[in-house]
Amino acid sequence: MARAATTTDAFNAVAEPRRRQILDLLAGGSRPVNELVQALGIPQPLVSKHLRVLREVGLVQVHDRGRQRVYRLDGEPLRSIYEWVRRYEQTWNARYDLLDTVLDELQHPDRASGQHEGEAS
Amino acid sequence: MTTSTTHTAVVSLPSDTQILITRDFNAPRHLVYRAHVEPDLIKRWWAGERGQVDSAEVDLRVGGRWRYVMTAHEGFEVAFHGEYREIVPDERIVCTEVFEGVPDGDLDPALCTYTLTDLGGRTRLTVLTEVSSRQVRDMILDSGMDSGMQEGMDALERVAQSLA
Repeated sequence: MARAATTTDAFNAVAEPRRRQILDLLAGGSRPVNELVQALGIPQPLVSKHLRVLREVGLVQVHDRGRQRVYRLDGEPLRSIYEWVRRYEQTWNARYDLLDTVLDELQHPDRASGQHEGEAS
Repeated sequence: MTTSTTHTAVVSLPSDTQILITRDFNAPRHLVYRAHVEPDLIKRWWAGERGQVDSAEVDLRVGGRWRYVMTAHEGFEVAFHGEYREIVPDERIVCTEVFEGVPDGDLDPALCTYTLTDLGGRTRLTVLTEVSSRQVRDMILDSGMDSGMQEGMDALERVAQSLA
């Protein structure tokens, strides 16, 4: 999957733990900057810097509400990441579903009844 | 991630060079551990839906090597190998991992940390894969894409056959 190598990439933007934290907070509803600053407990310039990166990749949108600037989450840019990672997840789910069977038989040898001979062939 | 039990593997990307898989198992920790170190057990699950494991070699000691080979349904062979770096029975395995389809893979191996946490009869497994660059990480994730699509096709085929 070809992607831009800078912060213009949602994938890169969410690699930063603070930015993920901001997204988590916004997932609970739109918030003005000062509320985010309070919730995060870090200086406002730092919060603003993260918000700018998130805005650049389209993960948050901002609008004015009276004298406040309110930030809102937009999950759309994450969709392609989600789809991409989900396929990798499926590979592991298939493995671990088989592992469930193995573990079940280790705990209950009576249930095995040579079933796995067939699976392995 | 919530605290509830998940029987679905959850993949997350803690950083540009890491992949983290989390999965809970309804089995005690020592059994989940065995299923990761005993060749006869590894053979039964490691290929997933992609094919069949032909061999699993495990020299379970620090500095010892492991190698798994599978034949995919499409007929081609897929092999991985690595070296054990740390072994804490029932709790933790740290090893390198190299996909043999990549030239000179041994020069730049991934480092995998398997951690087993006892949840009171159940077990949480986390697999942290650490690589040298985002490009390598993306390649690993892309490989999941191919197989995931293949599994989708296989499932579709089964459904089609069941209708026939």
